[in-house]
Amino acid sequence: MIRLVYIIIGTAFLLLSSGTASGFERFPPPDFESGYQQPTPANPAPRRNIYEYVDTAVLLAGLSLSSYLVLRTRSRRAILALCVFSLFYFGFWRKGCVCPIGAIQNIALSIFDRDYAVPITVMLFFLLPLVFTLFFGRTFCAAVCPLGAIQDLVVLRPISVPEWLEGGLRMFAYVYLAAAVLFAATGSAFVICRYDPFISFFHLSGNFHLLILGACFLLVGVFVGRPYCRFVCPYGVILRQLSRISKWKVAITPEECIKCRLCEDSCPFGAIRAPTADWPAHDYNKSKKRLAFLIILLPVLVFSSGWIGYALRPVTSRVHATVRLADRVYLEETGQAEETTDASSAFRGTGKDIQELYAEALDIQAGFGLGGWLAGGFVGLVLAGKLIAVSLRRRRTDYQADRAGCLACGRCFEYCPQEHAKRKLAKDN
Amino acid sequence: MMSGNKNDIDRRHFLRNGLWGACLAGLGAAAGALSRKSSAENTVWQIDPEICVACGNCATYCVLEESAVKCVHAYAMCGYCRICFGFSGPEPYDINEAAENQLCPTGAIKRTFVEDPYYEYTIDESLCMGCGKCVKGCNTFGNGSLFLQVRHDRCLNCNECSIAAACPSGAFKRVPADEPYLLKRVDSVRNNTAGCKPLRSRRFSNGVDIA
Repeated sequence: MIRLVYIIIGTAFLLLSSGTASGFERFPPPDFESGYQQPTPANPAPRRNIYEYVDTAVLLAGLSLSSYLVLRTRSRRAILALCVFSLFYFGFWRKGCVCPIGAIQNIALSIFDRDYAVPITVMLFFLLPLVFTLFFGRTFCAAVCPLGAIQDLVVLRPISVPEWLEGGLRMFAYVYLAAAVLFAATGSAFVICRYDPFISFFHLSGNFHLLILGACFLLVGVFVGRPYCRFVCPYGVILRQLSRISKWKVAITPEECIKCRLCEDSCPFGAIRAPTADWPAHDYNKSKKRLAFLIILLPVLVFSSGWIGYALRPVTSRVHATVRLADRVYLEETGQAEETTDASSAFRGTGKDIQELYAEALDIQAGFGLGGWLAGGFVGLVLAGKLIAVSLRRRRTDYQADRAGCLACGRCFEYCPQEHAKRKLAKDN
Repeated sequence: MMSGNKNDIDRRHFLRNGLWGACLAGLGAAAGALSRKSSAENTVWQIDPEICVACGNCATYCVLEESAVKCVHAYAMCGYCRICFGFSGPEPYDINEAAENQLCPTGAIKRTFVEDPYYEYTIDESLCMGCGKCVKGCNTFGNGSLFLQVRHDRCLNCNECSIAAACPSGAFKRVPADEPYLLKRVDSVRNNTAGCKPLRSRRFSNGVDIA
């Protein structure tokens, strides 16, 4: 009896030493005589497709309601209520997936990967907020985005961030957008999803480091309003640009601005712009020269940061699993690494040609070179655009919400005496 | 002076409206272009059991406390061996169900006698944590009837699956939601020549009498 076990074990080790392979018939299935029936275990089906359309419908309804509340009702309380609903529906109930922020990557992947077709719901999640922003401003950010909602609820003691710092920190969001599109388009990773700081809260479980990151964002968010939205969110920077030309926009006051300055400090996101003084002639001339210089600098900036993106390809391409694997296999082949990793031994188990792997990795790296040019060029363009925007001066006679930065949260409405006067009038009538 | 200002505003409005229209048209064009390459069907994550190396990452990398990946048994492929390497590993102290002889760290595989000399192995999914130890044992020494699958009653279908990102063999795939499982089948295995060396298998099954 025990000898039989040893024979089996011995043979088994012989087999093991010659490598492993999965699934072939070593022991033919028996013919049962006792009338034994093989069990047929059920495989639970995924969430039905119809619910994806329900999510889209909720998104559409949320966007419409949010736009209505921001532009018509002008009720902060109602916006907050919708905010809480979105947090629970898209956040805790739907576990934060799929969201328009992450959908950027699906869209990028579907454009560059022949085999990946983006599901219609994901496409709608990406496009609907963009369309709504083009019409009504950032009403998606106001009360529909669960990531915005969770941060909006913790804004307790907002401090104002200096404009230069705000602009500087926002550059990170553009870099993040460029990197996310680069990594998604090359099929390497969905970094926005991977480093989503609030997803662990929505799942109520998850990676410990991400939980810490999310907690940090919320803690900072007590003092600096919505830090993720303002400095990190890659979708937010797309919405910013569309919001600049939106058909309708958030107005602080329903009537004429009386420049009472009461709303000046009401915005926790630093999006209220004060009326401008006349431009001193001396300053004007200096700015004109600076503007000319910056316009000449633009192509230089675009080219140089494009080159940086290109030159970084040995680093950036390592995000792709195949490049990492090829690197590892190369190290092992040249004797620079002794032990194999799970990935390299899995690769060797397939019996594929190593040269083919190298060629594939080089191909991917070349893709990262081109992608680096584009992503870097984009970042350079944004940087130049920002510098130029600083040198321009808009004339404002009223207190206005910055079209790009305004998250349409509706906090400033309450501060406007004109608003109160109007409400009283409406009540009296 | 006044009329100059007015023209200025008009020009600005004209430019703004033009840009707005262009953006809207651009979004429409993007929607059109994308919808030509989009699918009505949503996708879900699944493990290709032919590529999976049962490294054990499934147990730890899932965003869920208890992984959505579980072991699945293709009974039609099972040899119903008395000595199951998926159940007891290569070096059991004895051939029985005692805890020290079980490979599964949670004791999720149940071994029941069917008829001499065959035993049935069933998986208690509530105990399985998807570590793949049994899968490795069964693939290395047996028929490979045990394999890992994403269970869709548990899977949250994250946009980027954390396990997929950590999978060393690239076995995670997006599959259409109406065919959410990549199950092992007898015919798929018998016809499968990729990565399997028939000579070795013959030697093994000739060399050992399992009954």
